[in-house]
Amino acid sequence: MTLTPSAARAAFLAEAKKRILITDGAFGTEIQNRKLSEADYAGTLGLARDQKGNNDILALTRPDVPETIHRAYFEAGADIAETNTFSANRISQADYAAEHLVRAINVESAKLARRVADEFTAKDGRPRFVAGAIGPTNKTLSLSPDVNDPGFREIDWDELVAVYREQAEALVEGGADFILVETVFDTLNCKAAIMAVREVEQALGREVPLMLSMTLTDLSGRNLSGHTVEAFWNAVRHARPLTIGLNCSFGAQQLRPHVRALSDVADALIMVYPNAGLPNELGQYDELPDTTAGLVAEWARSGQVNVLGGCCGSTPAHIAAMAQAVQGLPPRALPHVPVVTRLAGLEPFVMAA
Amino acid sequence: MTTPSSARFVNVGERTNVTGSAAFKKLILSGDYARAVEVARQQVENGAQVIDVNMDEGLLDAELAMTTFLKLIAAEPDIARVPVMIDSSKWDVIEAGLKCVSGKPIVNSISMKEGEDAFLAQARKCMDYGAAVVVMAFDEKGQADTRERKVEICERAYKLLAGIGFPPEDIIFDPNVFAVATGIEEHNSYAVDFIEAVREIRLRCPHVHFSGGLSNLSFSFRGNEPVRRAMHSVFLYHAIPAGLDMAIVNAGQLDVYDTIDPALRTACEDVILNRDPDATDRLITLAEGFKGTDAKAQKEAEEWRGWDVVRRIEHALVKGIDAHIVDDTELARQAIFARGGRPIEVIEGPLMEGMNTVGDLFGSGKMFLPQVVKSARVMKKAVAHLIPFIEAEKDEGAKAKGRIVMATVKGDVHDIGKNIVGVVLQCNGYEVIDLGVMVPWSKILETARAESADIIGLSGLITPSLDEMVTVAEEMQRDGHTIPLLIGGATTSKVHTALRIDPAYDGPVIHVLDASRAVGVASQLLSDTQRDPFVASTAADYQHVRDVRAGKDPSILLSLADARANAFKADFSDKPMPPEQPGVHVFDHWDLKDLVDCFDWTPFFRAWELAGVYPAILDDAIVGESARALYADARAMLDRIVTEKWLTARGVAGFWPCAREEDDVLLHIEGNVPPIRLPFLRQQIRKSRDRANYCLADFIDPDGDWIGGFAVGIHGIEPHLERFRASHDDYSDILLKALADRFAEAFAERLHQHVRTTLWGYAPGEQLTNEALIKEEYRGIRPAPGYPACPDHSLKPILFDLLDAGANAGLQLTESFAMLPTAAVSGFYFAHPQSEYFGVARIGRDQLADYAARRGIEEAVAERWVRPNLD
Repeated sequence: MTLTPSAARAAFLAEAKKRILITDGAFGTEIQNRKLSEADYAGTLGLARDQKGNNDILALTRPDVPETIHRAYFEAGADIAETNTFSANRISQADYAAEHLVRAINVESAKLARRVADEFTAKDGRPRFVAGAIGPTNKTLSLSPDVNDPGFREIDWDELVAVYREQAEALVEGGADFILVETVFDTLNCKAAIMAVREVEQALGREVPLMLSMTLTDLSGRNLSGHTVEAFWNAVRHARPLTIGLNCSFGAQQLRPHVRALSDVADALIMVYPNAGLPNELGQYDELPDTTAGLVAEWARSGQVNVLGGCCGSTPAHIAAMAQAVQGLPPRALPHVPVVTRLAGLEPFVMAA
Repeated sequence: MTTPSSARFVNVGERTNVTGSAAFKKLILSGDYARAVEVARQQVENGAQVIDVNMDEGLLDAELAMTTFLKLIAAEPDIARVPVMIDSSKWDVIEAGLKCVSGKPIVNSISMKEGEDAFLAQARKCMDYGAAVVVMAFDEKGQADTRERKVEICERAYKLLAGIGFPPEDIIFDPNVFAVATGIEEHNSYAVDFIEAVREIRLRCPHVHFSGGLSNLSFSFRGNEPVRRAMHSVFLYHAIPAGLDMAIVNAGQLDVYDTIDPALRTACEDVILNRDPDATDRLITLAEGFKGTDAKAQKEAEEWRGWDVVRRIEHALVKGIDAHIVDDTELARQAIFARGGRPIEVIEGPLMEGMNTVGDLFGSGKMFLPQVVKSARVMKKAVAHLIPFIEAEKDEGAKAKGRIVMATVKGDVHDIGKNIVGVVLQCNGYEVIDLGVMVPWSKILETARAESADIIGLSGLITPSLDEMVTVAEEMQRDGHTIPLLIGGATTSKVHTALRIDPAYDGPVIHVLDASRAVGVASQLLSDTQRDPFVASTAADYQHVRDVRAGKDPSILLSLADARANAFKADFSDKPMPPEQPGVHVFDHWDLKDLVDCFDWTPFFRAWELAGVYPAILDDAIVGESARALYADARAMLDRIVTEKWLTARGVAGFWPCAREEDDVLLHIEGNVPPIRLPFLRQQIRKSRDRANYCLADFIDPDGDWIGGFAVGIHGIEPHLERFRASHDDYSDILLKALADRFAEAFAERLHQHVRTTLWGYAPGEQLTNEALIKEEYRGIRPAPGYPACPDHSLKPILFDLLDAGANAGLQLTESFAMLPTAAVSGFYFAHPQSEYFGVARIGRDQLADYAARRGIEEAVAERWVRPNLD
């Protein structure tokens, strides 16, 4: 069946042609700063477990909190709001006995992000986008949690596809323009998320563009499942993602070589949102906004990025500094990549044409 | 992107396939997955670039076995680094496998056997899972057997897949390899049908690949391994140039094409190409003689152990046998030690010679990648054995002359050359910190800082390494390094270094042509007195390269098809007559005095950086005096060269019947079937209205013609150079080399004249002065491989084979197709009166791909060969 093309995709590509776009920064850091109490989190839902720390549930219990944060990031210059739904999936919510609320959390989170985004667009006419964020869950399809039984898996493909599908469907229902599969530590999990979104598309009869973001687990540039950035790209290229990129793990300093590697091979927009440096001895991120902005602006000057933002430790001040630092810099042009067969194990493999 | 991670011919490991390996089947049936995983590991270690996993066995729960095994190998980084081919005739098994594979695998296979709907449903699934697919030439009516059916089914599948947006580059057709020589007449054309179908489908279906299982082909000869191996090798030899680029094959079960018994090879060729109805009978008769020769072969195999050690080392390298290499290397080392030599000479001598042979065989399509990988392994073992001796030889107390960090850049796994350079540098007192292969720039820079390195040396063999080297340079710049950066490796060039790497880094960037130059470069860079002038002169040299390049106008390239449409149309009513004396003519010592009379002196002065045309240069106001002095010295030395016979001019020329086929010239030489293909490049620059887009092949008549070739070399220079070096007489050293070059050029000119007037004899009455000769005022041309009309140096091995230039003129080719001795010229003869010199200049990627296909080589390899011309 032919899918209705996504108008948001076209609008996003058109904006990305003009300039480097800005996505938002950390939610966790902002929420922690508000020192919310258990009562704030739990609201009147009457759930069986404590909710403190379940940031995603605030969409139902304190929607003013994520709304304020979205507003702060848009004011700082962001073009994209990422929904506060990193853990709003059945697996993660089970830890809070809130798995039955997955749909509601995602629908409401997307709705409130949409509302704030539209509000800003109405003000200045500049398009704002909502990316429905999907985290990796804490289960991995590629690795065994038991070193003595390498063939064992805690979860299987069909199960994980269903988990992702439930979340993606709700995010789209709430008004998300795109699905952002972020912090991908296991490439196979990401492939399951892609499959889930494909199923959502078939169910809805319209295109749901994907944004994919890998996270590295070591400085050699591999994620937890062992893929290099190029191998990751080959493995997920079939998703025809709107953006491909990296987030979390490290600061901009450490991501530099890998951003470059990805930028060289990927014929999709590059989106990178690093942490605000590496945590200090106290586990806090103390990289100053101007420092982070200076580092990411270097990628921009080298023509390696299309979308920039922040992950752990970043604040509206970081986003504002970035937006300012890259203002007027040309966006990365998509590389012309030859038509060749690109396969991947943990490493990329190209069959020449 | 790396090689083996980037390849034109992909070797798929087939041992983890229960239908192909009884041993693997036994392991899986008994549930011994630990050992089954080891089988996969060996496959990858032995050079498999993709591993085929197949669990189709009646006694197995194939779905469970497939997923269990795939999950287990996912936990082994040594195995999981390569892509998997999920192989099953059952879609459910394939889909279960797809749910366990984290990279981008290949599905093997789907087909239209159950109709279009099922085919497309499966193809859509493959797209959603992110997998390439093998599509069998199979439709509702059955498997495609004839050429027409193969083409028809594959084209239909291609169109259907295009209709659902399936990426064409992710399609791998398997047009079915069936058994030949079965005794059933209809089967005779199966192999040739496959080859021709591949060629045809490739034209009709852009970007697709081709795969085939070889074992079916030789099914009739079960139990006769020598014949099966020969058939497989002969089949690949013909199928790869046609477009086959993937085969499920056991690398150990291929023979080197050249080493197959000639009678057997011909018989296999007759069968595979279905040359005549009796071919099968002949092969069957002949095969009897090879039956059980595995035992005999084993005996023969042991026979080589009786040869002398140098020959044994070469044999081991070519055959990829590592069993005795350490012992043989040790023997060679002892022998060299006994005559006062050094351990390094084992590498520089027998080992390098062996690897050159391997390179030549591979370059000419007579060895295949998996075999080359094995050869490299043998080489590595030998080098590893020698390193302790080489290190022990160093004076322990001596302070290192400098510290050099060396690495094969990220994405590249080739380290033989780098190791040799490392060894050579260490022998010369440098401390080398070798970071190994696939080294990311961050590690190179960190190490250089932490170890206070004096120099960084980068190596790479494959094309993408060039870009990675640029990256390293850029990052060195960003990170504030100032130490010199050395660039080396077969794919690197002065031009690339000058154009791309040097501008990225403010510190000195030096392209090091080969291992022998490394010490000279390092010592100059670390010398207080020589460093600055050396750095300055290199920088100026690179600036010059950039200036020359910058001066070139951007021009528009035609597509190859359009360029061909605008080919030069020679008037073949005027084509040359057949040669008076066809065949190959050898000249063991052409009279030197005769050559002196043909000297073109102008380039001689240019070599000494004296600008001007001879003889006017002798009276030039500025350089005249120097030119006269130099000329006098040269004349004096020439007299001695001639009278004391310092040098010997040896040459060979030959003529062969041929015909043009598109941009190729096919040489029809008796005993050589298929014909020898000389592929040429065509100009693609858009021409003004009436100018053609030339290609050398345009001068040859498609309906039959003649072409010639020659190679000349000046021998015997070494003892004299040594004498000069011993007396530190650089001037005479350079003078002699420059004169030797003149002799070689003059010989080429003189031999060409002899060809025109006598051997070919198409211009018997030609009367030209030396001046007219220099101006090439004669009919016919002699373009040389590596020069503008024919810029690919790698045609030289073909030319040398035709001429047997090694035996006939004592000429050798280095691995980068440089000729030895250095003073040498080789080229082709074209005699058509309209033939003229031209520059191919820039070509497009379409021609690169086409050229690579015509030559039957990886595009990346072709790209390396013609890079300077590439747009």
